[in-house]
Amino acid sequence: MSIFVNKDTKLIVQGITGGQGRFYALRNRDYGTQVVGGVNPMKAGQDVEGIPVFGSVAEARDATGGTATMILVPAPAAPAAVLEAAEAGMELIVCLTEGIPAHDEAHFFNKVKRDFPKSRILGPNCPGLVTVGECNIGFIPAEVAKPGGPVGIVSRSGTLTYQALAELGHKGIGVTTCVGIGGDPVPGTSFIDCLEAFQADSDTKAVIMFGEIGGTAEEEAAEFIASKMDKPVAAYVAGVTAPPGKKMGHAGAIVSGGKGTAQGKMDALREAGVRVGLNPTEVGDIMAEVVASL
Amino acid sequence: MDLFEYQGKQFFASFGIPVSAGEAVDTVDDAVAAADRLGYPVVVKAQVQVGGRGKAGGVKLATNTDEAREHASNILGLDIKGHVVKRVWIEKASDITEEYYASFTLDRSAKKHLGMLSAQGGIDIEDIAATNPEAIARIHVDPVDGLTEAQCRAWVEEAKLNPAATEGAVSILIKLYRAYVDGDADLVEINPLILTSDGSVHALDAKVTLDDSADFRHLEREAWQGVADLDPRDALAKEKGLQYVGLDGNVGVIANGAGLAMSTCDVVNQVGGAPANFLDIGGGASAAVMANALEVINADPKVEAIFINIFGGITKGEEVANGIVEALGRVEIKSPIVIRLDGTNAEEGRAILKSHESDRLISHPTMVGAAKRAVELAGTGPSGPSKRGTGPDRRGA
Repeated sequence: MSIFVNKDTKLIVQGITGGQGRFYALRNRDYGTQVVGGVNPMKAGQDVEGIPVFGSVAEARDATGGTATMILVPAPAAPAAVLEAAEAGMELIVCLTEGIPAHDEAHFFNKVKRDFPKSRILGPNCPGLVTVGECNIGFIPAEVAKPGGPVGIVSRSGTLTYQALAELGHKGIGVTTCVGIGGDPVPGTSFIDCLEAFQADSDTKAVIMFGEIGGTAEEEAAEFIASKMDKPVAAYVAGVTAPPGKKMGHAGAIVSGGKGTAQGKMDALREAGVRVGLNPTEVGDIMAEVVASL
Repeated sequence: MDLFEYQGKQFFASFGIPVSAGEAVDTVDDAVAAADRLGYPVVVKAQVQVGGRGKAGGVKLATNTDEAREHASNILGLDIKGHVVKRVWIEKASDITEEYYASFTLDRSAKKHLGMLSAQGGIDIEDIAATNPEAIARIHVDPVDGLTEAQCRAWVEEAKLNPAATEGAVSILIKLYRAYVDGDADLVEINPLILTSDGSVHALDAKVTLDDSADFRHLEREAWQGVADLDPRDALAKEKGLQYVGLDGNVGVIANGAGLAMSTCDVVNQVGGAPANFLDIGGGASAAVMANALEVINADPKVEAIFINIFGGITKGEEVANGIVEALGRVEIKSPIVIRLDGTNAEEGRAILKSHESDRLISHPTMVGAAKRAVELAGTGPSGPSKRGTGPDRRGA
């Protein structure tokens, strides 16, 4: 078991003919992901190292049975790519593109939520996700990770996601699924979505959560953990030494209500029963203790 | 990008929002000439991107030429919380009957836009939010639907503004929402929004933060670039296109990803050192980007050691290594470098670095160990782990 993706997931890559799209499509395929097709309206009929290129997501879906998509197109084209994927019935839309305007993100998040409730967006500006040993979608270098659980990982930061996998890999502790939700203003998938899925997943027995300063997502996750989770959670929040975040006028201060500092987030998580480490390595040590006591 | 008040007013005016007539000037003589043209009374307002300028003496009413000259000469050059006033906005004074507050921003929790409107405007809106939150009428706007006039009218009524202000407020708020969306702003704020004795409503101040990610579709923004007041190190980093925040320590930090960069600063701090900066070279960083990052760090005289912490996902190890080698050839790096390289193609990267290793370029396999080594090399300089500058923006954080 795992969350969101597994060995049966069939992946379509929007932007497969670009430099990054090609590199990661092939890298993901090498990992074992079923990369069944790519999309580029200008290059339909061609192929990328044997991966057929289609003119649209719907055509790729019809020809291959793909149900998940990875988006690696430039930021100005990304909103339309997300909506095209949702219209084509993609269940999972992993948007890796960075630099998408916040208003576009807010628009397509709400549009997909309302009109295509079966589609889940992950990202934008996220590293993707990996179910270890089965399916890797995106940038995560998961070669160091051991499959099968018992640990699930969710992180806002890309490179800290990799760090978490490396810490557990070095200790020989297995991972079910590792999800990088991304740090943009409107993440399609939240900490809570992932925690809820990990709580329901029988192979995941404990969860690592890596947060960051800014916003209130970690505080909301803490509330969820306190009220809805019985699996142990270990966490790290980056940004203790960061200067106070840029206040977005009075409006930003009012919306955050004093939340958003690393200290405030760590306190909220501790109150929810989460064991908090002061750096990623310490969280790995905590998780080793947790796993040993399972 | 944060706009100065006068730029914010130009931005608002381009969306049809009424603002006071005024001129932005940089010298006392120009200020007096502008005031004479506008007609007295005028208000002389310091253009700085920091709150509390009124209390600091940065906003003054002038009823004649002599007063305009006196205020302009006092305000130009004034230091307001570390921001030196280089420009003033001379504005026709308004006959204020009432002061309100209005803003739009993104509510990240609700994932919808949030409008806030209060009949109690003025400088103390944050206090009102803390002590009397009911005094702020809030509206969530679905980005797909937008803000309708009927919703807007109900919102204005809920805020209990003076009925004389209703029509003017509805008209301005509809335009303010358009400015927020079509202008790709992270924040638009009017404080105060005023009702004048003749019954008109207009924006007496303008606070606007633009979303830099939308620059590609807003060529009109070029006119506003290059006038922001930045720390010189921040300015150099911005010119090089890097996510940089200056701090006060002596360990220069370069990492890929905002989370890892913040974490690297945290770890430097935990092992007894102090980071000189936050620097995120981002995903897909090329050799040229790494070289630029080293140049920026090298330009900071406080830096005694450099800690490069790269975990490759999108950034490949050999690109990082090539970047360091290229930078070493391009500029004379003053401080020793400790590098921890892991992740995608890390071995290829380490192999490239191997032939260049010395007591000036040290490789270390773990993050905490590398941080300790960098802190040792930096020594205990006079700088403590104090903080300064603004934080990473929402995209970095």
